[in-house]
Amino acid sequence: MARTLTFNIFRYNPSDPASSPHMDTFTLPETERMTLFIALNKIREEIDPTLMFDFCCRAGICGACAMVINGRPGLACHTKTKDMPEDITLMPLPVFKLVGDLSVDTGTWFRGMYQKVESWVHTDKVFDPAAKEERMDNALAEQIYELDRCIECGCCVAACGTALMREDFLGAVALNRLARFILDPRDERTEKAYFDIVGTDEGIFGCMGLLACEDVCPKQIPLQEQLGKLRRKMALAAVKNILPRFLKKDF
Amino acid sequence: MRIIQSDVLSVGAGLAGERVAIEAAENGFSAICLSIVPARRSHSSAAQGGMQAALGNSAMGEGDCPDVHFADTVKGSDWGCDQEVARLFCDNAPIAMRQMAFWGVPWNRVVPGEQTYYKGGKPFTAFEKPENEGLIHSRNFGGTAKWRTCYTSDGTGHCVLFTLDNRAAQVGVTVIDKVEVIGLIHDGETCMGAVARCLKTGELTAYLAKATLIATGGFGRIYRESTNAVICDGGGLIAALDTGVVPLGNMEAVQFHPTGIVPTDILVTEGCRGDGGTLLDKNEYRFMPDYEPEKAELASRDVVSRRMTEHMRKGLGVPSPYGDHLWLDIRHLGEHHIRTKLREVDEICQSFLGVDPVHQLIPVRPTQHYSMGGVRTNKDGAAYGLKGLFSAGEAACWDMHGFNRLGGNSLAETVVAGMIVGAKIVEFLKGAETVIKTASVRDAMAAQQARIDDLINCANGRENPYAVKNAMHDAIMKGAGIFRNGKDLETCVADLQEILGRARRVGLRSNGKGANPELTMALKIQGMVKLALCVAYGALKRTESRGAHTREDYPERNDRDWLTRTLATWAEGADLPTLNYEAATQTFELPPGDRGYGGGKIIARDE
Ligand SMILES: Cc1cc2nc3c(=O)[nH]c(=O)nc-3n(C[C@H](O)[C@H](O)[C@H](O)COP(=O)(O)OP(=O)(O)OC[C@H]3O[C@@H](n4cnc5c(N)ncnc54)[C@H](O)[C@@H]3O)c2cc1C
Ligand code: SF4
Ligand code: SF4
Ligand code: FES
Repeated sequence: MARTLTFNIFRYNPSDPASSPHMDTFTLPETERMTLFIALNKIREEIDPTLMFDFCCRAGICGACAMVINGRPGLACHTKTKDMPEDITLMPLPVFKLVGDLSVDTGTWFRGMYQKVESWVHTDKVFDPAAKEERMDNALAEQIYELDRCIECGCCVAACGTALMREDFLGAVALNRLARFILDPRDERTEKAYFDIVGTDEGIFGCMGLLACEDVCPKQIPLQEQLGKLRRKMALAAVKNILPRFLKKDF
Repeated sequence: MRIIQSDVLSVGAGLAGERVAIEAAENGFSAICLSIVPARRSHSSAAQGGMQAALGNSAMGEGDCPDVHFADTVKGSDWGCDQEVARLFCDNAPIAMRQMAFWGVPWNRVVPGEQTYYKGGKPFTAFEKPENEGLIHSRNFGGTAKWRTCYTSDGTGHCVLFTLDNRAAQVGVTVIDKVEVIGLIHDGETCMGAVARCLKTGELTAYLAKATLIATGGFGRIYRESTNAVICDGGGLIAALDTGVVPLGNMEAVQFHPTGIVPTDILVTEGCRGDGGTLLDKNEYRFMPDYEPEKAELASRDVVSRRMTEHMRKGLGVPSPYGDHLWLDIRHLGEHHIRTKLREVDEICQSFLGVDPVHQLIPVRPTQHYSMGGVRTNKDGAAYGLKGLFSAGEAACWDMHGFNRLGGNSLAETVVAGMIVGAKIVEFLKGAETVIKTASVRDAMAAQQARIDDLINCANGRENPYAVKNAMHDAIMKGAGIFRNGKDLETCVADLQEILGRARRVGLRSNGKGANPELTMALKIQGMVKLALCVAYGALKRTESRGAHTREDYPERNDRDWLTRTLATWAEGADLPTLNYEAATQTFELPPGDRGYGGGKIIARDE
């Protein structure tokens, strides 16, 4: 026990003209059950009050604390120092705009994403407060929940080669989001409407299928399976789209 | 000066704030929600258990109706709630849940036929009616006559918040994240919006609105040990208190949970004890049967929390670098039970502690969990003191929780209150035009800029904001925790007053540029100490025990003198809040009686 930990942390404050990107080193004695949440707060409170990072729930459920931890995107709040070597290197997530040090702006990116995929139930029905709820099969509700578990931490986006190369790539998280609505009978969008959103290089056809996304997802969302399903569905829709008009059905 | 205008400004983008904003947007008004974090990271997302509504679809919920829900809610509040509000809430909760289903929440549904459920660790079967197949199911949450809690697996808050945020995007609500409100804009009579600091650039913006809503959630972070997210520091309440005219209601009513894990105070479910888990002290001795021979670990939340604290005060806690704690032992439940029925607990222990609960003890301590107090509003959600100011959700004292919240009622409150208060705000917007006074806007902006400049220049002193925060934590944990008594509360109030002096002398060590976190802390520390003082001073004055507020020196619930709600305001420059009182409820649909748990004597109203 009683190790001394060395933290190498990326530093840069874009709002301060005197600041330039560099690495800073901090040391801390390790304590029992220490997590990166505890360590980073200790550094900020006791050593450097300017250190920027994000935590919110500190319980692995809000997605705020994603960063690159020894080379791999992950949640800092549930990373225990005892599982790490004495030398720990922390970098902000790539792809997202840097706010400062380890803090990035995921909010703007995700808002853009869910505007693009129109991440809401599309229906012509009107809610009737006097009526009972519409029925749903419990197994289906649980299936939807499985895909709804994404916490928008951004790890999958940060790990994705395509997302790093093209700014407009929707990412596995968006494709998973759409899969959730395709599954939901309350959403009345047609196959064509879904295709228009993801049947492009920005969407499913830009994905190289290397699956870094699923590897790093802290919620173990079955991204691979969803990408596969979507790819097959959209490939089929694409073929139908280029067939002569008279052969097309129900679009 | 950057100015942004809208009809409705919600300070907060959790469930309550977004639900109100949606109501306004659906009715053609422009609505902006401000949030410290992206909306979907708001603390509402952390609620796993579920939300109460008397739908009565499930076998164990059969016969449930708003009347039964109402009785449970009033009893739960220890008769401290506003009964008119509790009635409004219970009647509307089923509609709100169905609406959430309509918008896309994947609620768990009734599966017909014989089903196995668990109660007190023992399996039993119940028959779900085929005609209810596919309707919203409900689970047990304790403290209720019927199983009434709607849920989506273990991610209720997450799913409901994502659904609501989708709806907000669809109807055109503007959500601006990484901004923090640091003051309200008002002229002593009307609220005209708020001043917010951008947490990306440090820039100040005046957000002007006809109606301003405070929906900033709980303020658990005035305690060191809290299950709340780190952003639950009462920013909205501080802004309200700083006006000098808006009162906060029942700030002394704070709910504690017996089993937060040490060190990070993440909640592990009551289910552990329900299933047969035991509490051990530093000698690995099971102490609960000594205090509560009948119920032991299964006594109510507040009783267990109190006994644990009592035991640790005797020096029997386990020392750790993070302070004393006790052990939760579930090893005897066996690997199969732990890895399946208590999967979530298993995961928390493994991921955050590196503890395997099948073979190791879990370090736990009682932890601040829910703030019953907040911005005092009438039943329409309108704050006292300023026209155009509203509040909803955990930030508000609406007041359906009184002195103790029934589990599962707070998450439901966010959307039910959101719906009701939202409609009232729409009425308000249709009724009147607000005149925005440019002088008030300019003054508010200048005052906030001056505060920032003073902190950067150390104009008032060089106290370290983090050190002041730690001192506040020490004082309130010691004096205004679970157990309260006159002597400790007096010390606590005196200590906090001294700490308030230090908070007024805070200055930065850094340059305060951009998203500077030291400045963020420095800007709120004085307000946090004031909130702590509202809690401690209110508790000192309330010489009775009601709900979660327990006085060792006044163990009775005293309906004769204290069937009241505390109202705390803060006069400029004062060292203590001004306390006033109003009747807890105007109407009694249910006359005061025994809560049915927790014991204790009651001094009747007419004694
Ligand atoms: C671990 C845990 C589990 C829980 N489980 C349950 C449960 O199962 N059932 C139940 O009924 N209740 C539960 N609760 C309680 C319930 O989750 C909360 O009461 C409820 O979610 C509060 O919602 P809200 O909309 O009022 O506030 P929040 O969801 O906390 O939202 C507050 C919003 O205000 C913003 N904000 C805060 N300060 C500022 C500021 N100064 N400027 C700008 N924005 C600001 C935040 O960014 C956020 O968007 C639980 C609580 C905890 C801590
Ligand atoms: S599989 Fe596709 S989405 Fe996932 S990381 Fe690779 S390119 Fe990105
Ligand atoms: S899919 Fe997984 S990795 Fe990607 S944002 Fe969601 S939770 Fe994070
Ligand atoms: S802080 Fe919420 S997931 Fe880490």
